[in-house]
Amino acid sequence: MTTVETATGAAKTMVLNMGPQHPSTHGVLRVLLELDGETVVKAVPDIGYLHTGIEKSCEDKTYSQAITLTDRIDYLNPLGNNLVYCLAVEKLLGLEVPKRAQYIRVMMVELQRISSHLVWLGTHAIDLGAMSVFLYCFREREEILKIFERFAGQRMMTSYIRIGGVSVEPPAGWRQMVQKFLDMMPSRIEEYEALLTENRIWMARTKGVGVVKPEAAVAMSMTGPTLRAAGIPYDNRKVCPYSSYEEFDFQVPTRTDSDCFGRYMIRVAEMRESLKIIKQAMEKITDQGPIKADAPGIIPPQREKMKTEMEALIYHFKIFTEGFSPPPGDAYVTVESPRGELGCYVASDGSPHPLRVHFRSPSFVNLQALPMMIEGQLIADVIACIGTIDIVLGEVDR
Amino acid sequence: MGDASQNADVVAEHLRAWNPRAVTEVIEFHGETTIVVPRNVLREVAQRCRQELQFDLLSDATCVDKYPVEPRFEVSYHLTSIPRKARVRLRVKLSGDDPTVDSLVPVWPGAGWMEREIFDLMGIRFNGHPDLRRILLPDDWEGHPHRKDYPVTGYRDIPSIAMKYTKGS
Repeated sequence: MTTVETATGAAKTMVLNMGPQHPSTHGVLRVLLELDGETVVKAVPDIGYLHTGIEKSCEDKTYSQAITLTDRIDYLNPLGNNLVYCLAVEKLLGLEVPKRAQYIRVMMVELQRISSHLVWLGTHAIDLGAMSVFLYCFREREEILKIFERFAGQRMMTSYIRIGGVSVEPPAGWRQMVQKFLDMMPSRIEEYEALLTENRIWMARTKGVGVVKPEAAVAMSMTGPTLRAAGIPYDNRKVCPYSSYEEFDFQVPTRTDSDCFGRYMIRVAEMRESLKIIKQAMEKITDQGPIKADAPGIIPPQREKMKTEMEALIYHFKIFTEGFSPPPGDAYVTVESPRGELGCYVASDGSPHPLRVHFRSPSFVNLQALPMMIEGQLIADVIACIGTIDIVLGEVDR
Repeated sequence: MGDASQNADVVAEHLRAWNPRAVTEVIEFHGETTIVVPRNVLREVAQRCRQELQFDLLSDATCVDKYPVEPRFEVSYHLTSIPRKARVRLRVKLSGDDPTVDSLVPVWPGAGWMEREIFDLMGIRFNGHPDLRRILLPDDWEGHPHRKDYPVTGYRDIPSIAMKYTKGS
């Protein structure tokens, strides 16, 4: 802590270094706060503590190998990252994914959205002093992670979505598992709401805090619940549907209050919408059918074919030694991640390695608006604002 | 998103009507439109896209290094129009000798961090950017790691504890 003279020289302000190790910055975010008493005069976010060069590493891998790196960008939304990367590569290849695989993808991504919102709700509530919500949220998240474990063998870094489809057939008894979750969840969301929504402390901490005007939100390129809380119904699932989202019936919740409370309500409403989508996806997923596109040379062949057909064996060898080469060009695909518009830009030069992979991470872009949200507010509100932007530092720094 | 080819015509025609030399090339690939513009008009083109063609959201900005091909850098801006549900990509090509271009922060304030990231990792200079500092790497980092000619081991050794012990023995 140091006391510095401001440019005006009249008042004395204090510079407080919040983070990079601070429990409520959700990772390694550092914010330099210039304070006048308890009021924030100026805020400068400092990021990069978790920069691991994932985009650069992708350039060294083949297209299929890079999938495992995408899991690690946003560790609360690994399936969404798999999806956006695979969609971009599939666009480059011009690959058509079977409907059954598309519905499985939708179901998994929506489960992931709920689990991400649960982590957000729990940690945000604990930041603002509501300890018990955290425990309840993680109880339900555990159920989702169990479903992922059964599907992919992994709880978090699943790499379940692959180029051309999904990695394995859904496990036996998956319907009962997901159905059990669907039956349980609505009453649990009501439980959270009963604890928070009309809680006077919660309202005092969130209502009117961190207000963003809609024009400012668009100008700062904010997306996701933050933008929808400002009244703009921009959702990539509706605006540019991918993976057959146009066949699903769901609402895009919007509000006009655009404060921390509004963003909380949007995310709770989104969890309910996701449950609707999962229910529809379950009905659409047939018991039989392909889970991978029919594209020899890109999709690894089935084991039986490899043992009986010469061509399949050659393809298998080529895929795992050399990889495949999409035609030269570039593709930019966006999906709606729990945090906003998640984009993936893949450029190919016709070789088996990507020329450039770039992720447009919503946390990174949304965090840019933090100074705008907190300048002039109290220091306690900084925590509420950081919380409702819902940043994942792995994704901010990549 | 709306019909991509129709959208491309609208944007390219609108820009050509304003200045015949504002569009160098229009690339159509898998339903995506790329409009290549000369770097001296980039900011004006962006201004027009925002005000006259309703591209109100700057989705993303990124850069590709095509080393050793010249011009090696391709800076791309992905624009989205929320009211028209359309998307277009503006691109400028920059040579390795002088990788400088006008910043788009005056047009979309959201370009600030995106351009800082490109500056940090690719070494493109953005004229008129209010705060062009490194963002992901430490301030004293040497070089720009996303360039293709950047050595994977970096320009300096980072001394590790293991090295310290092997040198001593």
